[in-house]
Amino acid sequence: MSTAAAEVTRREPVVIDKGIGPRLTRALGRAPVHIVLVLLGVFWLIPTTGLFITSLLTPSDAAQGGWWNFFAKPSTWTFDNYKNMFDNEGITHALVVTAQVTIGATILPILIASAAAYALAWIEFPGRDWLFLIVVGLLLVPVQMALIPIFRLYNTLNLFDTVPGLILFHTAFALPFAIFLLRNFFAGIPRDLMEAARIDGASEVRLFFKVVLPLGLPAIASLAIFQVLFVWNDLLIGLVLAQDNAPIAPAIASQLRQFGSNLDLLAPAAFFSAVIPLAVFAMFQRYFVEGLLAGSVK
Amino acid sequence: MSSTGIRTEFPPGGEAPSAPSGTSWRSWLVPLGFLAPALLLLTVWVIYPMLATMWRSLFSDRGNEFVGIDNYERIFTDDRLLTALKNNALWVLIIPAAVTAVGLIFAVLVERVRWSVAFKISVFIPLAVSLFAVGVIWRIMYQQDPDRGAINAGIAAVQGVVSEEGVLSTARPSSDALSGTPQGGLTLTETVGPGGVAQLGLTAIRATEVPEGSEQAVRPEALQGGISGVVWRDFKPGGGTAGEVEDEEVGLPGVTVELRDADRKRIDSTSTGADGTFAFENVPAGEYRVAIGSQTFAQPFKGINWLGDSLITPAIMFAYIWVTAGFAMVIIGAGLAAIPRDTLEAARTDGATEFQVFRRITVPLLAPVLTVVFVTQIIGVLKIFDLVLAVAPGSSQDNAATLAFVMWQRSFSGQNAFGLGAAISTFLLLLFIPFLVINVRRFRAEAR
Repeated sequence: MSTAAAEVTRREPVVIDKGIGPRLTRALGRAPVHIVLVLLGVFWLIPTTGLFITSLLTPSDAAQGGWWNFFAKPSTWTFDNYKNMFDNEGITHALVVTAQVTIGATILPILIASAAAYALAWIEFPGRDWLFLIVVGLLLVPVQMALIPIFRLYNTLNLFDTVPGLILFHTAFALPFAIFLLRNFFAGIPRDLMEAARIDGASEVRLFFKVVLPLGLPAIASLAIFQVLFVWNDLLIGLVLAQDNAPIAPAIASQLRQFGSNLDLLAPAAFFSAVIPLAVFAMFQRYFVEGLLAGSVK
Repeated sequence: MSSTGIRTEFPPGGEAPSAPSGTSWRSWLVPLGFLAPALLLLTVWVIYPMLATMWRSLFSDRGNEFVGIDNYERIFTDDRLLTALKNNALWVLIIPAAVTAVGLIFAVLVERVRWSVAFKISVFIPLAVSLFAVGVIWRIMYQQDPDRGAINAGIAAVQGVVSEEGVLSTARPSSDALSGTPQGGLTLTETVGPGGVAQLGLTAIRATEVPEGSEQAVRPEALQGGISGVVWRDFKPGGGTAGEVEDEEVGLPGVTVELRDADRKRIDSTSTGADGTFAFENVPAGEYRVAIGSQTFAQPFKGINWLGDSLITPAIMFAYIWVTAGFAMVIIGAGLAAIPRDTLEAARTDGATEFQVFRRITVPLLAPVLTVVFVTQIIGVLKIFDLVLAVAPGSSQDNAATLAFVMWQRSFSGQNAFGLGAAISTFLLLLFIPFLVINVRRFRAEAR
């Protein structure tokens, strides 16, 4: 995590202090800021820490008192809950489905969106600008607008409760943002480069694969991270369009009803389901931050 | 700005190096090849369902009857939907402003420390965690029992410093010689004058709750010019007479006894000894009432019911802010980094205080970025669903419900109310239209 985190600091402007005197007064003046930040930082970590520790307690220990008692007698932790979780076929199946859907619904929209974005950015054809405006308009269509008709369509097409059904739905709803982001990125590719390639007789397909895609990698990376996080963490779509083949979040959602009695399953499942996105996030934090900025700041 | 910064201008078109030109169908064919998969998916999975949902919203829940705008009327008449509307309004009013403010504060603070990375990581983590996991996390945090829920444990710890649990939290009068309530204090029904002896018997005290160091209760001697008395546990195994101090009955030390005048105004107070006795000396002639102060009966902190009907929405909102603060901090932090240092330094050399610099320079220069965060949050908050489902227990779900939640609940959680669900979805879309218009306008303006 530290290397990824270092990426963030690199953007920080460095204020150069001159001399020991000013530096000391400055440090003292900032003591309250430090204290406030330490408290806030610790506070922000408590909930996730609580989940992790709870996931390491035996049901009887968890029933006895708060997870913070763990710090008083840290010898009681155990990985039994995780072992039991991985022995639970329902959970492992849900994790496999989550992985399949996430991989499919990340690669597919990137391929489809970059092709479309290339056409919208670099191929002249009538109605191009209108098409892009429609895509921008679709950006704001809430998922809810599609759930009922797609639920019924899937029942007739036998796509209900299938991995391809989930992938296609996620892909379609990822496209407007993906096309929007990539078109704007591709449009920034130097014109001379494109012209030179065209003069050399490169076909559109060749241009796309050999010039635009490689140059677009930073944007594609940002997009991929967003999509992984979004699809992996989705609850609503999986809840509506799947049942026995539901990804992890919707699969466990029903367990929330007996909250408390099944914490030994809920806590490790919730924590483990958070580990993958956390890992992705930690590894590619720079792209994530850049994507956030590109997506929202004009 | 990062290198992925968006350039919204279209690449100078018109005289563009055109695709291998030929017949007009070919000029369509190439772009179509690139666009076809996207167009197909968008048409089947977004555009067709969107139109179908609008159409469906005009029919009854089972779909066999045209009902016009009845489903939309239900949004504004059904009790649960009114609650959802109210909650959505609260979310929109509170959260975008709160998240923007928290993000701004974090971004400004974090700029001033060298170890900002550690802080950023801790605020960033929730952003990657699924809202479902966030739900589990906060269900654990919000548990009511202060021995299990960390939030209530924190409050109990703070409160324990301010006010302690009473010596006797469960005690009740042993006879009707005492009246009143534990909350208001128990008072002897009969008045006492100087030289009188007050006997205040209590029961319903578990053996384990008898204060440490208590001894056999003693009926004190009358006190010349004063009032004496005893507070004791008026109970002994095998019975005994209520209202009388007997063998094996213990005194209750540490109890606050108050002396009140005829107007029930407290004029003195004292504390009982190991045998339960107490004394007020030098009491002027008159009639008084002797009472046991309410603090004796103070209940231990039972925990705030965060997940109950009344607090559930604020509780979910807090969890949401916990998740989103990192997002706001990053965006605003980037805007902050783009502010020219010279401007700030110039203001400081001119003698502006840090707060003035913040108010008059930083915030106005950040306005566009703050707007972006604010608008993004409105859009996100209007669709809020996951957190409601994950944090609210079944019993308070109706009070936590939002439009997106009721849409799912009524359509897919057993009731198949597709007509209503379609109407709620369409209503949500309508709420987005202002943002849609803003977006489209912005891009058309930039395209020119």
